[in-house]
Amino acid sequence: MLSRRIIPCLDVRDGRVVKGVRFRDHVDMGDIVELALRYRDEGADELVFYDIGASPEGRSVDHAWVERVARLIDIPFCVAGGIRDVETARRVLHAGADKVSINSPALERPALIAELADAFGVQCVVVGIDSIREADGQWRVRTNTGDPDRTRALPVRTLDWIVEAQHLGAGEIVLNCMDSDGVRRGYDIAQLRQARDLCHVPLVASGGAGEPVHFAEAFEQADVDGALAASVFHSGAIPIPGLKRFLRERDIEVRNA
Amino acid sequence: MRVALVDAGGANLGSVRYALNRLGIEPEVTVDAEAIRAADRVVLPGVSTAAQVMGRLHALDLVQVLRGLEAPLLGVCVGMQLLYERSEEGGVECLGLLPGVVRKLPLAPGIRVPHMGWNGLRTMRGSALLDGVAEGASAYFVHSYAAPITADTVAATDHGSLFSSVVQRGRLCGAQFHPERSAATGARILRNFVEMDF
Repeated sequence: MLSRRIIPCLDVRDGRVVKGVRFRDHVDMGDIVELALRYRDEGADELVFYDIGASPEGRSVDHAWVERVARLIDIPFCVAGGIRDVETARRVLHAGADKVSINSPALERPALIAELADAFGVQCVVVGIDSIREADGQWRVRTNTGDPDRTRALPVRTLDWIVEAQHLGAGEIVLNCMDSDGVRRGYDIAQLRQARDLCHVPLVASGGAGEPVHFAEAFEQADVDGALAASVFHSGAIPIPGLKRFLRERDIEVRNA
Repeated sequence: MRVALVDAGGANLGSVRYALNRLGIEPEVTVDAEAIRAADRVVLPGVSTAAQVMGRLHALDLVQVLRGLEAPLLGVCVGMQLLYERSEEGGVECLGLLPGVVRKLPLAPGIRVPHMGWNGLRTMRGSALLDGVAEGASAYFVHSYAAPITADTVAATDHGSLFSSVVQRGRLCGAQFHPERSAATGARILRNFVEMDF
């Protein structure tokens, strides 16, 4: 039976792992490879690296560190940040990443999803979505959230984009609920449930984890395939082995590392 | 020990090389027919579509080389699927070394495709490929197509229904999951492939 995945997310800026609250005020969390190895040893099922400076600065990921990570870790990892074309994605994948995640560039040019799916297979193509609830009660997408000064609000409804992204060839959706991000009050279950109903590919919850029970709720109530978190792992507030024991006690299938 | 890693255009080429490096092996990454024929072990990786990889193997004139190979061959992910007669993915004729047709994983309630994540290996018959691997050990899968259960199946995995996750027929081996990304389980299976007697 397929296990539910626990996925630490490492926001990368200038070759270091950083973390901000509500995407602002980034604090240095440590060296990329050191943290990657620590999570691998603790039993993380997968890692995601977001080069948060790449997309707003209009540049692509610097892949020297992708190769450093790939040489040392033996669990899968996904790289995001400024991947705008097949050639850039190919370089990142050849450097050793297992998947690429695209966010802003996919919204700017949705055909990119299909191009990547044709080149590498849908299973390599993750579409990340930053979503926020607007005054009219609808969730809508944001681009370039790595830099608050360049973040743009698009008129696209999150749920419509989830459908379109899959149609174009997304093999996985990471739904980052910005209202919850960094505030540790739990994943946005209501939004994730609606996304789940429309999502036939794997769905990963992002934004809001503060306690082990939040992970359990996302798996039990929104049936997500994976749950992503950053600061609670980086700070040590939630050690992964303890989290997995907690989930196993609730009969949630997780991998024994 | 000469290990040839076929550059079939699959995007996991680097990860497979690093996984072999971690075992102390420096494979020769190659598309050269002579180098592949001269190797003691050949690994055919693949993260791509069956049609793309087969197209590249045809363009490189490697189809007959792989069909006629005498050294043990390990296909990984799409590389394993290519061992079969054909794949529904793009309706492409494959290497035809193992009987069977690779088909799309069926969607079902609670069953997502692609099958992405860690899932267990259920032993179907003995093989040195699984030496030292515990029953039910987890491996990392990322795929939408899968090979059927046949006499060649060494381990099966359940995602809505059972499919072949480890196969062996003589010198032909395959892993549907990614041993290069399957932690200790994957490293052990790669090591078994390199060290076992065929």
